[in-house]
Amino acid sequence: MASKRPKADVVIVGLGWSGALMAEELTRAGLNVVAIDRGAWQDTSTHTPPAVNPDELRWSSRKELLSPPKDNTMTFRNRLDQVAVPQRDYGILELGKGVGGAGFHWAGMAWRFNPWDFEVRTRTIERYGIERAEDGELQLQDWGVTYDELEPFYDRFERIAGISGTAGNINGEIKPGGNPYEGPRTREYPTPELKTLRMMEIFNDATRKMGHTPFTIPAANLSEPWVNPLGVAMGACSYCGFCLAYGCGNYSKSSPQACIFPALMRRPNFSVITEGCVIRVNKAEDGQTVTGVTYIDKGGREVEQPADIVCLTAFMVDNTRIMLNSEISEPYNPNTQEGVVGRNFSFQTISGAHMWFEDEQINPFVGAGALGSQIDDYNGDNFDHSDLDFIGGAGILTLSRDGLPIARAESLPEGTPRWGSDFKKAYAKYYQNYGILFNQGSSMPTRTGYLDLDPNYKDKFGVPLLRLTYDYAQNDRNMAAYTMDRAVEIAEQMGASHITPFNFAAEPFTTAKIASDHVIGGVPMGADPATSAVNPWLQSWDAHNLFVVGASAFPNNAGYNPTGTVGALAIRTARAIHERYVQNPGPLVES
Amino acid sequence: MSNRKRTAIALGVGAAVVVAGAFVWAWPTFDISRSDVADDETRLADFTSQDEDAIARGEYVMRLGDCMACHEENFGGGYTVSTPFGGIVASNISPDIDSGIGNMTERDFFNALRHGRGSKGLLYPAMPYTEYTKLTDRDMHDLWAYMSTIEPVDNAIDEIADLGFPYNIRLAMAGWNVLFFDNEGFDEHPDQDEQWNRGRYIVNGPGHCATCHTSRNFLGGPKDGEYLSGGGLDIWFAPDITSNPHTGIGSTSTQELVEYLKTGANSTSFATGPMAEAIEHSTQYFTDDDLEAVASYLKATAPSSNVRHEPMTLNNEGPKSGALAYEVNCSACHGVAGEGMANIVPAFEGNNALLADDPTNLIHVMLMGGRAAHTQARPTGAGMPSFAWKMNDEEIATVLDHVRNSWGNGAAPVSVERVAELRSQLAARDKLATPQDEAHTD
Amino acid sequence: MKMNRREALRSLGALTASVTVAPYLGANEVKGFPQGTVLDEEFVPTPSHTGGLQVLNNDAHRRTLAAVFDRFIPADELGPSATQAGCIEFLDAQLAGPWGEGATMYRDTPLQPHAEELTQLPQFIATPRERYETGLEALNKWVSDNEDAEFADLAPERQDEILTGMEQGDIDLGQGVHTKAFFEMMLLSVREGYFSDPIYGGNRDMAGWKMIGFPGARYDYRLYADRTGEKLDLIPVSLIPQD
Repeated sequence: MASKRPKADVVIVGLGWSGALMAEELTRAGLNVVAIDRGAWQDTSTHTPPAVNPDELRWSSRKELLSPPKDNTMTFRNRLDQVAVPQRDYGILELGKGVGGAGFHWAGMAWRFNPWDFEVRTRTIERYGIERAEDGELQLQDWGVTYDELEPFYDRFERIAGISGTAGNINGEIKPGGNPYEGPRTREYPTPELKTLRMMEIFNDATRKMGHTPFTIPAANLSEPWVNPLGVAMGACSYCGFCLAYGCGNYSKSSPQACIFPALMRRPNFSVITEGCVIRVNKAEDGQTVTGVTYIDKGGREVEQPADIVCLTAFMVDNTRIMLNSEISEPYNPNTQEGVVGRNFSFQTISGAHMWFEDEQINPFVGAGALGSQIDDYNGDNFDHSDLDFIGGAGILTLSRDGLPIARAESLPEGTPRWGSDFKKAYAKYYQNYGILFNQGSSMPTRTGYLDLDPNYKDKFGVPLLRLTYDYAQNDRNMAAYTMDRAVEIAEQMGASHITPFNFAAEPFTTAKIASDHVIGGVPMGADPATSAVNPWLQSWDAHNLFVVGASAFPNNAGYNPTGTVGALAIRTARAIHERYVQNPGPLVES
Repeated sequence: MSNRKRTAIALGVGAAVVVAGAFVWAWPTFDISRSDVADDETRLADFTSQDEDAIARGEYVMRLGDCMACHEENFGGGYTVSTPFGGIVASNISPDIDSGIGNMTERDFFNALRHGRGSKGLLYPAMPYTEYTKLTDRDMHDLWAYMSTIEPVDNAIDEIADLGFPYNIRLAMAGWNVLFFDNEGFDEHPDQDEQWNRGRYIVNGPGHCATCHTSRNFLGGPKDGEYLSGGGLDIWFAPDITSNPHTGIGSTSTQELVEYLKTGANSTSFATGPMAEAIEHSTQYFTDDDLEAVASYLKATAPSSNVRHEPMTLNNEGPKSGALAYEVNCSACHGVAGEGMANIVPAFEGNNALLADDPTNLIHVMLMGGRAAHTQARPTGAGMPSFAWKMNDEEIATVLDHVRNSWGNGAAPVSVERVAELRSQLAARDKLATPQDEAHTD
Repeated sequence: MKMNRREALRSLGALTASVTVAPYLGANEVKGFPQGTVLDEEFVPTPSHTGGLQVLNNDAHRRTLAAVFDRFIPADELGPSATQAGCIEFLDAQLAGPWGEGATMYRDTPLQPHAEELTQLPQFIATPRERYETGLEALNKWVSDNEDAEFADLAPERQDEILTGMEQGDIDLGQGVHTKAFFEMMLLSVREGYFSDPIYGGNRDMAGWKMIGFPGARYDYRLYADRTGEKLDLIPVSLIPQD
């Protein structure tokens, strides 16, 4: 029989960005919070100091900060009539291994989504007519929350994380240097944008000449020291270039560790159970609520953590799998489009161009995880789609991220030998002359893109693996092809001598090739309980004391990295819990 | 592990044995008549003060005296102070009758705190009665009122179980007291202003600063003429806090000193090790007036005799230079020119705490890492990583010489032997062997 | 304010349980900020040692592998060959460690026959150590079936033809070996050896890094970031510089 721990007011499942932001809000409001994380404790100076980080083999090749497929993976197929196969080696799932989750090893691109991204269905119908929104394949739905409603929480997240950037739109006024297409912000970023490095200079010149508006990507790699609203101090980025898949050694990359734990961990009403893996949420007999969670502890024992409120704040694959395992709500059925858990999987539709120059000196090793320039002229609905065969778009960006020598050895112009003396000659030259245009494209959900439990494969605890059924929507394929052509035009304008376009969506989707690690959906939010698993406050429609928080809630993915939106939603939900729910427990909106 | 309590090593328990044989009756040392003002009827366990003002003042006196540092947050004791002669365990000072001080009267309490006479015999000077003796009657009464409000903790402690013969003879402390215990109350200097007097009272009385910051002779007594000039604590070094402008606080503004004691850091320095604990448990709770009094008093002390060193000549070129080691290992946090990072990492430029002749603190944190003080005002408590696995003794000495002699700094060379000694003493790991080393020894 | 919230919560259920249930002691519960300061044991790097090979002990296999590696990265004016730079020692240490054991892989059966088609990359249950063993065995067998000498003794031009055949799928080593995948694994290994930190046994004297101008295990480029487009000529640095 399972051991039982003392009851908590709130149990948080997964102490990454979502869990940490929520725990901070809820403990500050006086609630007793217990977090459970499947990873071990990890911190800056004792785990990933500067002397340990700059090690490509260990962190990029062997991915030692990532949760290994052995412990966490999923199966995948493109179509309903296929038998899904497990992802056996590291693929698109780049989950965190230790406490802090993926927020510890992320690159740091800290976007807000565009106002359009929250209302894709409504706005598409308004601008282009219903046939564009209902093409027989897409399954579009609004989020039930608008950009304007989320703005204060984006602002709060950016203050906690100290984000570096230049505003493009403050209260409706377009600002030079920023992204003119962004939703209105109430104020400037906490810290100024990062430096403009060589590849960005070339990109900025070229795109300006083409009439676009390049801007520096908002970054959680801080340009200068910052003290956040919790009183926690952060350092300034040293452009070491070891961010994505690395811990940050000098407190300059925002993470739960760098931004929240110093305040949170010292609160007497908070604790975290490490190396405990939650396998299910326990339902109450009344059928209206849940009683807590059950996890497997380090010693392999089942333990019950009772709580008045349960917040699932794990990565989307785990949020979805726990929901399916717990049988909280109806699983999605792709044949009838009924059921809610597992629906609206989306990804990131990636195309772009590799570029090589002849006599540049890029110094690619000088960089930061989120450092780059972008144009949003082809993102979201920022351009007229009337005569195009798709909706959505992509942020077209170039990176000054890193110059990792093992990985870069593969980035040589087409036709260059991959080995031998000619390889050495080419690499010695093109290490300093390579750049990328990366189109980070939106991803629209489809009727048959969904998650359920795999009938054949199980994890180390005997729990079924999650099964992903997904392929790119034709809409997204068309979008990726269109933006790829735009990237090629930019590469030509930049003066590249060799250009190799790429489009991941030209082939079927696969979990093995890492186009992106932005997996989305499974427990979508919305105003309609027939098409969403959680309401606009991320509260389960079927158990009012259960909140499911993270990118699992996005009904579709935008042409941006998801973390900023994950953070904003988490803070908003935590506020709703302690400002409204606790006083009067029950559904926060009528179904 | 808590570092602060190791400071008691400096108080040289061994001295006791040396002087026990030469015991002489020295009246002032053992005169406890000034504590006759205390009540000797009511036991602590039998009353709870109702005087809210006195209780609040008493709690503040407890913060000034940093009682929790050793007696723990519930006052149940149990913290072991390690000394070369064995561990001394902090006693249970909660009002528990059997295991705490519930049987003590106020008079007994005064005897213990101000005169080093406990219920089991003479106290060891791990307990700073040598400084608490300055506590005023009023502070003592208030502290007593506060102690009456503490929850009893049932935790029986044998304070000296770990001490072998002859160190476990409490009476031997009488000899030590004759030599080093100045059993006198606080006397105001009428020619100095109120703030100075208040500062002196806190520094020399409840704050017991000299316990660490004054160096000790071989018997564990304070050295004459070295008041607050810096004291070695074995694995740490309590720096010069006299008005010496080079190694002390003479060039630090009162405001910066106040900020340091209140928040754990100022624009240049961050507390770590024992001082971080003192700030976390004690000085962050001081009133601003008291912090200013402490700072003004320290700034008015006579400067120590520590001298300023001319910068060493450094080799700034090549793969073995301290400059490259600094750029590779240190600058990401401490700044490309030693400027540090505001509010999170100390600067090296203009940081006197770096420049003491005794580089123990720097070696200590290089080998074992460290953590900045965390306070209400500055909750971050950022970490200094350990380098024992990456650098050998010589490399650590080289990089420390670099930071101690760059950007206008000047200090004595760091000895490789001292690094080796601390590596052994702290049980820090050795530098990892790599195939490169082996290739070169083939 | 806080009390109100707490009291409201009580209406949800038996908060009182928290004082009557004995605490569960088996948990890894972290309360307060962990105060450690030294580098966590799990995060201390694991340099390789040259105290003899641990995995690549089969002379015939190793000889072939060394020849392959030195065709991948030959000695020339740009630097030493792969084996001169320690890539064999590097790979041996990797194969002896968790990577060689496939410690992070999901290895449950069955391996579906359509797995590669679906994922667009070859899928394996076998560990890298097993794949090197079977791959080198098959390569030697293929050479002995088709050539008059061992791989290592063939003319460089012939070695290159065989490797190109493996790379492009024109040569199938048989023996159940996925030839293209085996080729790619060897090529990735040699790159890892040549360009990873010297503490892992390869990249001796940081030759790989010097070839491309990578400054190694540094953590601060603020002094140089504004010098865009300039050649910086920074000395490369290993994670653990030699004594």
